[in-house]
Amino acid sequence: MSKRLVAFDKIGISFDGRVLLENIDMTISEGEIVTLIGPNGSGKSTLIRTLLGLQEATSGEIVRHKTLRIGYMPQKLHIDPTLPLTVKHFLALVRGVDKQQILPTLEKLGIGHLLKSQVHVLSGGETQRVLLARALLNRPNLLVLDEPVQGVDVNGQVELYNLIENIRNELNCGVLMVSHDLHLVMAKTDTVVCINQHVCCSGSPQHVTGHPAYQALFGVPGADESIAIYAHQHDHVHDEHGSIVSEGGDAHGHDHSHCNHH
Amino acid sequence: MLDLLLRALLGGLGVAAVAGPLGAFVVWRRMAYFGDTLAHSALLGVALGFLLDINLNLAIIVLCVGLALVLVTLQKKHIIATDTLLGILAHSALSLGLVAVSFLDNIRIDLMAYLFGDLLAINQADVYWIYGGGFAVIALLVTFWKPLLAVTVNEELAKVEGYPVEAIRLLLMLLVALVIAVAMKIVGVLLITSLMIIPAATARKLSSTPVQMASFASLIGCLAVCGGLWASYRWDTPTGPSVVVCAALLFLIAYTLPFKRLR
Repeated sequence: MSKRLVAFDKIGISFDGRVLLENIDMTISEGEIVTLIGPNGSGKSTLIRTLLGLQEATSGEIVRHKTLRIGYMPQKLHIDPTLPLTVKHFLALVRGVDKQQILPTLEKLGIGHLLKSQVHVLSGGETQRVLLARALLNRPNLLVLDEPVQGVDVNGQVELYNLIENIRNELNCGVLMVSHDLHLVMAKTDTVVCINQHVCCSGSPQHVTGHPAYQALFGVPGADESIAIYAHQHDHVHDEHGSIVSEGGDAHGHDHSHCNHH
Repeated sequence: MLDLLLRALLGGLGVAAVAGPLGAFVVWRRMAYFGDTLAHSALLGVALGFLLDINLNLAIIVLCVGLALVLVTLQKKHIIATDTLLGILAHSALSLGLVAVSFLDNIRIDLMAYLFGDLLAINQADVYWIYGGGFAVIALLVTFWKPLLAVTVNEELAKVEGYPVEAIRLLLMLLVALVIAVAMKIVGVLLITSLMIIPAATARKLSSTPVQMASFASLIGCLAVCGGLWASYRWDTPTGPSVVVCAALLFLIAYTLPFKRLR
């Protein structure tokens, strides 16, 4: 059985009396890709900021394996334009980095040619890869990726997800990914956790997409065939108005409590 | 006379050499107004130093660091927007300093020299202080260059990678306070930030790495000091402002002429 890297134990966060997250249970193991999905404002970013130690939990605790070493890829990189910085210098800032590893890491991500580019002139996709390189140079056993494909076109997204999967296979690291657009992530993901302040449902992608709590948040999978690239099972049919007609009788009848058994 | 000029030149070059690299950090972290606030409070440090009869430089450093800590604490509480807070503190501290100075009946203070600097008034002890403080600043900058830069580039990444972000931020404030104390004799509290910011901003045009920008800022600052001193000698203009005008001219030249960035 693979090592459990992180376990969230009943994590709750409130801010000025407003509850951002409550009662979050979640685990990530070595070699596992966990995707955190949820609408905007659902607390996804807050949850990973807690894991990263950038924010304190109000209740509950995060149990970290003693070997845990996180490589973090933030959503965006803002560097003040007054700061001249090449990709090489940016990556050399990783604490305790082995400078010999910088070029090979970039080459692995297909951006070896950017070594001497200024960070300010990179495109969206290039920036994401540079950030991924920085996360990797920290020699992580857990990669935390906050919206890793933001601002990247669909082809680029597929490539990035393939890269992430390759990295997982090579390093056997855990991957925790945040996404609000899950159509593409699903195929590579072992576990999907859908949150909206609390864990709505979690499990395999197939399980989650079929779940009514998920469908209430994101609509019915497959309703927009043009971006449905992942393989999914239709466990329901639509009537002529587009709403769901239940096939299996109880498939849409259950409530939240039903799905938290993971 | 020659002795006087030489000492002024030595002191000025020492200050410019240190203000440059630190100025780069001030520019990168958008701390210009913050530096101004600390500089303005330095006058209060002078007054307190006289009142309590302690070393003026020490009084300035203690006061600047204290003010920086107050600032950070208030900032975290989000009581009021940071720029408003800085504006309040900067001018209150300056006014408080001016009021405090007026209470010093038995001591005559050349207020203009503290406000705008008097390069020609520096003595042997000042030169030692400038070079002692200057070497301390440079040594700290070199030793902690990587963490300082990492925290400047992205605090969150730095924190996740295990850099002691809070301590580094504090170090930077201490360095700014040191430079202010060191530079006050030369350009005065009102013009100190310009000696940090203008050469750094000028250096930006010519640099493609942080180290380049920091070292060019030093060089450009030294050029400005030479030019300012010469102008001051030639036309009998006030030295501090002459140095700043010279720095501003260099900035204009760098941004109007088609210089190419070093690779």
